[in-house]
Amino acid sequence: MTPEMMIQLGMGLPLLAMALVGLTGSRPNVREACTLITSSVLFYVTCNLASFVFAGQRPEWNLGEMIPGFEIAFRVEPLGMLFALVASGLWILTTVYAIGYMRGHHEKHQTRFFACFAIAIFAAMAAAFSANLFTLFVAYEAMTISTYPLVTHHGDLKARNGGRVYLGILLSTSVAFFMLAIAWTWSVCGTLDFREGGILGLAHAEGKISDTQLGVLLGLFAFGIGKAALMPFHRWLPAAMVAPTPVSALLHAVAVVKVGVFTVLKVCVYIFGIDLMSQTGISDWLCYVAGATILLASLVAMTKDNLKARLAYSTVSQLAYITLGAALATDVSVIGGGMHIAMHAVGKITLFFCAGAIYVGAHKTNISDMRGLGRAMPLTFGAFFIASLSIIGVPPGGGAWSKWLLALGTVESGKLALMAALMISSLLNIAYLIPIPIRGFMTPPGEKPKTFKEAPMMCVVPLCITAVGSVALFFVAEQIYEWLKPITLGG
Amino acid sequence: MIEHHLPILLIAIPLMAAPCCVLIHSRRLTQLLALVVCWLCFGISVWLMTKVMYEGAVTYNLGGWEAPYGIVYVVDYLSAFVMLFVSALAAIVLTYAPTSVQAEIPEPKQYLFYATYLLCLTGLLGICITGDLFNVFVFLEISSLSTYAMISLGKTRRAPLAAFQYLIMGTIGATFILIGIGLLYQMTGTLNMADMAQKLEAVRAVDGETWVGSRTMLVAFAFMTVGLSIKMAVFPLHSWLPNAYTYAPSVVTCFIAATATKVSVYVFLRVVYEIFTPTFAFSILPLDTALMAFSLIGIFVASLAAIYQTNIKRLLAYSSIAQIGYMLLGISMANTAGLTAGIVHMFNHALIKGGLFMVVGCLILRIGSAKLEDLQGAGKTMPWTSFAWVLGGLGLIGVPLTAGFVSKWLLLTAAVDSQHWWVATLMLLSSLLALVYVWRVVETLYFAEPSEQAASAKEAPPLMLITTYVVVGASIVFGIWTEFSAGVALETAQQLLGVTQ
Repeated sequence: MTPEMMIQLGMGLPLLAMALVGLTGSRPNVREACTLITSSVLFYVTCNLASFVFAGQRPEWNLGEMIPGFEIAFRVEPLGMLFALVASGLWILTTVYAIGYMRGHHEKHQTRFFACFAIAIFAAMAAAFSANLFTLFVAYEAMTISTYPLVTHHGDLKARNGGRVYLGILLSTSVAFFMLAIAWTWSVCGTLDFREGGILGLAHAEGKISDTQLGVLLGLFAFGIGKAALMPFHRWLPAAMVAPTPVSALLHAVAVVKVGVFTVLKVCVYIFGIDLMSQTGISDWLCYVAGATILLASLVAMTKDNLKARLAYSTVSQLAYITLGAALATDVSVIGGGMHIAMHAVGKITLFFCAGAIYVGAHKTNISDMRGLGRAMPLTFGAFFIASLSIIGVPPGGGAWSKWLLALGTVESGKLALMAALMISSLLNIAYLIPIPIRGFMTPPGEKPKTFKEAPMMCVVPLCITAVGSVALFFVAEQIYEWLKPITLGG
Repeated sequence: MIEHHLPILLIAIPLMAAPCCVLIHSRRLTQLLALVVCWLCFGISVWLMTKVMYEGAVTYNLGGWEAPYGIVYVVDYLSAFVMLFVSALAAIVLTYAPTSVQAEIPEPKQYLFYATYLLCLTGLLGICITGDLFNVFVFLEISSLSTYAMISLGKTRRAPLAAFQYLIMGTIGATFILIGIGLLYQMTGTLNMADMAQKLEAVRAVDGETWVGSRTMLVAFAFMTVGLSIKMAVFPLHSWLPNAYTYAPSVVTCFIAATATKVSVYVFLRVVYEIFTPTFAFSILPLDTALMAFSLIGIFVASLAAIYQTNIKRLLAYSSIAQIGYMLLGISMANTAGLTAGIVHMFNHALIKGGLFMVVGCLILRIGSAKLEDLQGAGKTMPWTSFAWVLGGLGLIGVPLTAGFVSKWLLLTAAVDSQHWWVATLMLLSSLLALVYVWRVVETLYFAEPSEQAASAKEAPPLMLITTYVVVGASIVFGIWTEFSAGVALETAQQLLGVTQ
């Protein structure tokens, strides 16, 4: 199999899964088997592709011009490869989990659910592999649209209102800022290709764009990529929590939000170029916006009693870490940001899986009601604790490494205030995550100890795997660092 | 042999078939005849389009009289392109029509509908194909008069009033155009458009570098642009359109919404770019600035108005006024990229709006009302129809992988490239208003408790659904595969601007 074929399969398989799910909708077991098989094959294919990419190859596939002058083209580089690996790997687990959750919950419209899920994965893969901003934008928007039916899955008024905020913010920011920024970049550079070392550097040297303009352009990108949930455009993420938990888990902890920060990283690294950003200092303001988002979102998270809402704000905060990594524009911070995509994804998906398992197993959504629940659901709460460590950034959680790199980045660029912000945020993370398992395990329940009652196996097994994964990542972090290193080398 | 005569057959066949419909009188036979004729016209248009693409422009002298003495038919990129989508939509809407017509037009009057439909098609195709300016006026009147008649066939008592309102406005517009043509004729002594353009060039050349030239030309230009603006429904001359679209029978709305205003844009392009030339219109006179301002205001005002409508047909009608604004915005940039965007949007919008009105036709057939409150919850009982609305609506918003995105992207890059930053920003912001009015309907269809009518509604008949999906599907296909639409539009724009590659 050539790398080019793997790229094609990488996007073809999710589409195939969608078609199969649609065709076999009347027989749920066959339908779910289709998703499971295609997702496993997809992961196998991405792993194979990764062996090429991390060995230094840059496979390409050109689909041709969609609009005269604007190509749909794919070129896999390490950052996208890592993202594709994370998304495709977690898709398998989420599918298993979703089967348990959706059936355990007797949800309706499951065919539509699994089909839209597959389209969202397709969009994630296309975004990961994209070779230029135009392709990335198309994939980005396709993802917004395909996840709308998932967010509004329940079809009631609450879902409608959540969907309104979701679509409203994501589409408005992308149309009003992101699209404008892309057109601007195109008019200045004459190309939209992602190139090592960036494309704006040359235009800047030629005097086609001034420092101030670069700063404005960066602002259009940073706020236009609404999926990165930078404050004040973060509201869609908590709103999206009306979706069934598997959606929150894969899409709003992994695929959708990670497409956002991935895009921010890609724009900073391959469009602006780290050198240009660090020399001109155009991204300084963005560092502080990201820093503020990190702290504010953590503070808001502490006030939320609804578990999913708390996790959503935690995600907003953690995403800002990655944006910060891009904005700091040093080698370590960018690699740290890229690494945090993987670390946070595995950790946060575990937390969401746990939230869903608690809901399915005990029908609890509020943290204050979870007193003593850990004794009935030890596996779930244990996994929650382990994953929390990763999010907080303490060993042996994988998040420790990426946060370490980000902190190094703040030191290297001499922004000690941000270093402080990162430390405070970690403390806040402890304050809003750790009490949950503690409450579950330690507080003796008022009445007689509850009997051992976990959620269905289909729910519990995936969350145990991802919890173990978040620890495993701690030990392979160096490998990931080596993989990502090439992205900082200028072209 | 017959190949040579196809340009005239394109006009003659529907023109002759219309009175035949009146003579035949039987509902079934007229329906069949009209259907065959429409598809035949589509076939001829496709043939002409391919001929233009491979062999260049086709000219046909009526009765063998050479231009500029006789009337000549000219098929070039622009006219072939417009004729292609006009005839395509005419054919497909008529295929869709029978059930809806049966429900909305009293049986004894149905043969009249088919007859006027064919006449209207004749007019629209005639406007595109002829190279003679007076002929344009004649065909414009043929299409307009038949449109008035078709609108008045509407079910409610408001329909004749809406038709009358349109008649008044339309006649004023047509009269202005006629005055303009008269003045031009008086100046140049010719009605052939190519010839007229040449002679006007001569009138201008005498006056030297700066414009001191004849006031007649200015007056003619003013009358023509204002007259055409009424026909195109440019803000603030749009007042006839919402009522006409709302009270006409659904099928009629599908047809005229997809075609009529675009054909007027076509005439506008011909008059401004070929007869008066861009230098006169945009450098000497500030038509570009005026057009840009009115388009932008129109886009915002009409989109905002669309948001507050409670009748789905009227909502789409206001959206049409806004969309005309996007076409003119592209045209007003007076460069190749902008013009390409404007022309592509004529085509894309014809598909999108045609498709959406067809969806509305299905809803009205089953629910019997165009009010949003009656359509509540139709997503449950009419899932296919409702989903077609979502697909078409995404096109209207301009989401990637739909035709609307292609137009929006081309318009955006054209604006940015020619440093029209305000236009780019405002255009993008305005497209968010489309999100609001499209999604209002989506939420009505899917998230509201079903109304009585919607709860008991059945899915639309298969033929109507299939044809609707063909049009909506085309709006997706032309959002992914743009080689034809954008390619032809680029070619056209270069021709109009006289740019050679």
